[in-house]
Amino acid sequence: MINSLQHLGAYTRNSFSKVGRGTGFLLQTLSYLFSVIARPRLLMAQLYSVGVLSFLIITISGLFVGMVLALQGYYTLSAFGAEASLGVMVAASLVRELGPVVSALLFAGRAGSALTAEIGLMKATEQLSGMEMMAIDPFKRIIAPRFLAGCISMPLLAALFSAIGTLGGYLVGSGLLGLDDGAYWSQMQAKIDFQDDIINGVIKSAVFGFVITWIALFEGYDSIPTSEGVSRSTTRTVVNSAFSILGLDFILTALMFGDH
Amino acid sequence: MDNNSLPSNNLVSIRNLSFSRGEKIIFNDISLDLARGKITAIMGPSGTGKTTLLKLIGGQLCPDQGTISVDNQNVHSLRRADLYALRKRIGMLFQSGALLTDMSVFDNVALPLREHTQLPEALIRTLVLMKLQAVGLRGAKEMMPNELSGGMGRRIALARAIALDPMMIMYDEPFTGQDPISMGVLAHLIKSLNNTLGLTSIIVSHDVHETSLIADYMYLIADGKIIDQGTPTEMHQSSSAWTTQFLTGAADGPVHFHYPAKNYLDDLLSSGKRY
Repeated sequence: MINSLQHLGAYTRNSFSKVGRGTGFLLQTLSYLFSVIARPRLLMAQLYSVGVLSFLIITISGLFVGMVLALQGYYTLSAFGAEASLGVMVAASLVRELGPVVSALLFAGRAGSALTAEIGLMKATEQLSGMEMMAIDPFKRIIAPRFLAGCISMPLLAALFSAIGTLGGYLVGSGLLGLDDGAYWSQMQAKIDFQDDIINGVIKSAVFGFVITWIALFEGYDSIPTSEGVSRSTTRTVVNSAFSILGLDFILTALMFGDH
Repeated sequence: MDNNSLPSNNLVSIRNLSFSRGEKIIFNDISLDLARGKITAIMGPSGTGKTTLLKLIGGQLCPDQGTISVDNQNVHSLRRADLYALRKRIGMLFQSGALLTDMSVFDNVALPLREHTQLPEALIRTLVLMKLQAVGLRGAKEMMPNELSGGMGRRIALARAIALDPMMIMYDEPFTGQDPISMGVLAHLIKSLNNTLGLTSIIVSHDVHETSLIADYMYLIADGKIIDQGTPTEMHQSSSAWTTQFLTGAADGPVHFHYPAKNYLDDLLSSGKRY
């Protein structure tokens, strides 16, 4: 009994301690964001690593998700004679929910895990200590550029996911199921609202990008500098990011669409 | 003139330093001085806190008690900007080399110059080539860190450590895991750089032979205390059991062969937990 209480106490204390360290880490990172803008080369390199290298997995996944949505949606809508609304259904699902959420989950798996492993290994191989001893602040040179690159990349990747998904839905709807091209695009254009649907989706993906990159960089920086420590941190990044994305998605959806 | 503003013969002065990690006491009220322009070796068995001492001197760790002064500046009372200004004058060679693996050898050596100076790229190139020439690896400038041997990696790290012409270099286990030729090359480089550049060097090592050849003064640390100190000759003539065991590599002595444990027979007969 006493042991269980001790473990619970230690777990609670460690959890609060980690939240405190994570918040301090975020504040320190944010304080260097302006210095990153002054060094565009560092930012460009990270935009390539975090954003461009995630391009393939996002586009292929977006294409298939859009195609599946169209197939599933068509059979449901056709039962009510509403096949012409397929474009609206596919686009609304993508820009409101699936685009931001699925691309964020993929981004956490592809870029988030890579960021944690990279920072964790830099810590384990004393590269971060080496920079500090060269009077080069790792937050300024390593952490802040990656953070900004993650925050910029995520909304762009989510938008790409939704765009390619919509195209995938069109390919299935028009090419495979024989739906009228004009109905697919015109209904979508008429019903999808720029503010309510597209901007809200962009806001969601920006929030997800912020949280995923924060979790990924902090887990790497806070990792135990051993192979096992880095491995555990990488796993925690993917798991915690997934929970955060899904939890935040519910909160953001309630805030954005709750009064409709 | 204030006495504190006079240049002291000691570049590093450590007074009443205590440091612990959790329950384990690493240093227990130690004091030592590191003379300007000399090579001072900090020696001792593995796990005695030699690397920790370098991190304390570099301001990466804070002592529980005591003060550490480098060039008459109390390291742990400096503001962040002043600490970074001090670190620009201190080079450190890590045991792993700590080269940035996403940069070529050239870019690694150029990094401190690019970060801390506004020199034109042509001049940076000249300086980097000079540093690489000094460690004999100008021909490896295009290579990536993963293409280097352990010895080459440390020499590149040494070129990077001297890039800003520091007043002091701290070497963390420079000879560990090196073949005899690399060891000899590194020892020669440490000695020649110290003399030609007028540096002060601190070597943390447990490699007795190579370190004795180049050190001007040695400290032996064990159990959180300074056990012995002196010139290499004095240390080899020391009557201390600690020093004798360390320098001769005897398996048992003040440093026991066995890590503290409960009675052997009791341990064998107990059921214990499953591993």
